[in-house]
Amino acid sequence: MSMSQTRSNAEIPNGPGGAAILAAGIGCAAMGILAFAGDASGAIGKALIFYNPTGALSGVTTLAIILWLVSWFVLNRLWRTETVEMVKVNIAAFALLAVGFLLTFPSFMDLLQGK
Amino acid sequence: MEITMRDLWTVLHGMGFGALFMLAFSGALAEIYRMSGPQGMLQPSSRERALLNFYLVAMVVLAWFTVFSGAYIVYPWYRAVPPAGVTDLSEYPRRLLLSSGRTSEWHNIGMEWKEHVAWLAPIAMTMVAYVTAKYGRAITRPRNMRSAVLVFAIAAFVATGVAGAFGAFLNKYAPVRGGATIVLMGGEQ
Repeated sequence: MSMSQTRSNAEIPNGPGGAAILAAGIGCAAMGILAFAGDASGAIGKALIFYNPTGALSGVTTLAIILWLVSWFVLNRLWRTETVEMVKVNIAAFALLAVGFLLTFPSFMDLLQGK
Repeated sequence: MEITMRDLWTVLHGMGFGALFMLAFSGALAEIYRMSGPQGMLQPSSRERALLNFYLVAMVVLAWFTVFSGAYIVYPWYRAVPPAGVTDLSEYPRRLLLSSGRTSEWHNIGMEWKEHVAWLAPIAMTMVAYVTAKYGRAITRPRNMRSAVLVFAIAAFVATGVAGAFGAFLNKYAPVRGGATIVLMGGEQ
């Protein structure tokens, strides 16, 4: 490769990478938010049963994956030739990742619901 | 030597896919760090970069196999509802755990967290593999992506660790059992 490929990689706009990073954050946050919604509301929990043997987990994960992929596609279309501010993208992605972790933790879910 | 079909799938989910995925983390993190490290560090050849890309894609495949086999094959057996009148709950792990205050939190905390947090790992690793393959060493260049790649890779490792550890404990207290028996080997009396 090596110099030529390294140079060409360096010249690729960072937009597609930023889109993938932010979309991963969105996917993780969606997983947490949907898990929390399904736990907090019986009606939402029921609506999230896409496949009965797996219960609400099937809807939570299916919708989170769809949201992740759609957001990746849209962001990639918007940023494919752009140079984005990676620091801002990283901060947003890390915050969304933290939301995903926190809202999948049952004790934190209970805390938010006042249980 | 016998094993039931459900035991076999549980082993395949936890050890075949999940543990292998987790074992691969140290190599992936070390190689991403090396590749994107300071200029003075050894530069990877094109063959080494191709190998890293293959390695990361294999991790992504393992991660998705782990969560899908867990959610759609093993989990339905775990959460099966016993027919009315059944008192032996050994084939109904969720009900078995919830039947006693000494074990109920293994479900309420352990399984409830595991079943959701595990899904963060394949999402994060898919991004890590994509960005690493697309940019290579350029993830350190002016528009820095290296920190995001490393943070998401570590987050995937933590999520897998939580899911794997609770999976191991859950299988201790309420193993997923039943189904057809597979005879692996005959033994002496």
